[in-house]
Amino acid sequence: MTATTTTITAPIGKSGRVRPLDGLRQTFTMAWRSLVAVKHNPLELVDYSITPIMFVFLFTYVLGGQMAGSPEAYLKYALPGIIVQNTLFMTMYTAMALNTDLTKGVFDRLRSLPIARSAPLIGRITADLAKHVWAMLLMIGLGLLLGFRITGGPEGFLLGAVLLVVFAAAVSWCAVLIGMLAGDVEKVQAFAFTLIFPITFTSSAFVRVETMPGWLQAWSDVNPVTHLSDAFRGLLLGGPVAEPVVWSLVWAAGIAVVFYPLAMRAYRAKT
Amino acid sequence: MTYAIEAEGLVKRFKETEALAGVDLGARRGSVLGLLGPNGAGKTTAVRIFATLLRPDAGRARVAGHDVVREAGVVRAMVGLTGQYAAVDENLTGTENLLLIGRLLGLPRRAARARAAELLDRFQLSEAAGRAVKTFSGGMRRRLDLAASLVGRPSILFLDEPTTGLDPHSRGELWDLLRGLVADGATALLTTQYLNEADVLADDIVVIDKGRVIAEGTPDQLKSQVGGQVLELRPVLAQDLARAHTVVAGAAGPQARIEGETITAPVKDPELMPAVVRTLDREGIAVGELALRRSSLDEVFLALTGHRAEPGAPEGNGGASVRDDESEPRNADGELRKAVTGP
Repeated sequence: MTATTTTITAPIGKSGRVRPLDGLRQTFTMAWRSLVAVKHNPLELVDYSITPIMFVFLFTYVLGGQMAGSPEAYLKYALPGIIVQNTLFMTMYTAMALNTDLTKGVFDRLRSLPIARSAPLIGRITADLAKHVWAMLLMIGLGLLLGFRITGGPEGFLLGAVLLVVFAAAVSWCAVLIGMLAGDVEKVQAFAFTLIFPITFTSSAFVRVETMPGWLQAWSDVNPVTHLSDAFRGLLLGGPVAEPVVWSLVWAAGIAVVFYPLAMRAYRAKT
Repeated sequence: MTYAIEAEGLVKRFKETEALAGVDLGARRGSVLGLLGPNGAGKTTAVRIFATLLRPDAGRARVAGHDVVREAGVVRAMVGLTGQYAAVDENLTGTENLLLIGRLLGLPRRAARARAAELLDRFQLSEAAGRAVKTFSGGMRRRLDLAASLVGRPSILFLDEPTTGLDPHSRGELWDLLRGLVADGATALLTTQYLNEADVLADDIVVIDKGRVIAEGTPDQLKSQVGGQVLELRPVLAQDLARAHTVVAGAAGPQARIEGETITAPVKDPELMPAVVRTLDREGIAVGELALRRSSLDEVFLALTGHRAEPGAPEGNGGASVRDDESEPRNADGELRKAVTGP
């Protein structure tokens, strides 16, 4: 290229470091990329929309009668739990997307650019949290159509949504670690299913813990999904929630404290 | 002389293997340096160090005078990288992929859009610009990947096996594009395992094998360094092949080889050809074809490394190696090669 066109467009200071404001803008650009991809990938729509809808219908109308006497009665108990389970499953899409970027060489291209190193990672997590909110709203909306009522008031709903997003953000670091360490996307998926299924089903998400055998109750009582489900349910329906909310936050903090450094170390080593 | 791309004693180890064992190389400003070698020779490792994706264990690498470790940010701002695998997002369209890079580089929305359109047009991707990349052919993906590396108008390009796995037509298209870029004044480091690719595109060639530089020079220098010319002889009758080989070996020495129905031998002495002809005549061997030609880079590689630049060598993954044929897909080459050159 001629001398006049070799101007460097990159936002680089004299030191070669990325300025914080540029880093933030790059993070949003990366988030845009994750969201705009949905347009061309209808399968993602299945992941974030059809699957949640299907779960609400199946749990309500198939299990509802036997579980609580009527679909409506069970929906009242189970909808918050279904949303919590879906939230946990969706964090694995973060792991899968990061793993794909890693194995397909997209991270190589991004790292060869003069951008903030964290932008691809934080951009992805930000976009995926937006998808969490979307799926949650979808499920709540469907629940309302099927007879669910938010008796905890708008503030309960808002606090519940915030709690869910905070928890999802913490678990995202676990997802980042898995995405960085797994050899391919299939392994991420297999790992996620064998981990998340038992954890969510051995909680109070779908059934009352008191109906389980004693040894299982011992686990269910400390299971973070139990705390999160109880907290979210309590906030949506109204009722005493202080204890499960505190425990949910403690778990979220604990997960973040353990997995954030591990995830960042793996990210720096791999990208 | 100032080099745009420069390495001194570059060393990189991965656990027990030494990917680079002290590599020196330099690319003059505005030239194409071909880094040639079989799979596992260390080509990609070298490129990844230059593109700031890997840190060297020892030695120095500089791009336009800037150290790739200490001044990584500055280096990133002036290089473009096209990898072995098309590093584009399959779920974005061609336009969106280039828009993403442009926005990341700080271009305003409108400028990023204009730059994307300009590159798509130049790489003949305008028609497919609005389609998701997963619907693109292999050649289209490579072109888009190359376009993505050019969004920031880099003055220095790293092209890591840009045509591996492409069909001959797509490879030809990419070659034309690369020639155009270099004609515009860019400096490029091109890695390849295709000898003719280095021959066609590179001003200078560095041959590496097992992490070491084993030869360097212009393509012509390399070819003449290894003995200049090659004698090729094909007897009319296949049953004369062994006797003809004895004759050639008697004159040219043990380097005479039978390849299919042809005998080849490196030639240094101009008197050798007439001597071979006289002996063949005396022995009553009818000659179907007799030619003297300059040695190909393939033969250069054989002479340099002592092993034939052929598939099947247990280096790297897949075992594909240096070769100068164009039509074969990457992983099926062992079988194909036999079918082409076997008896």
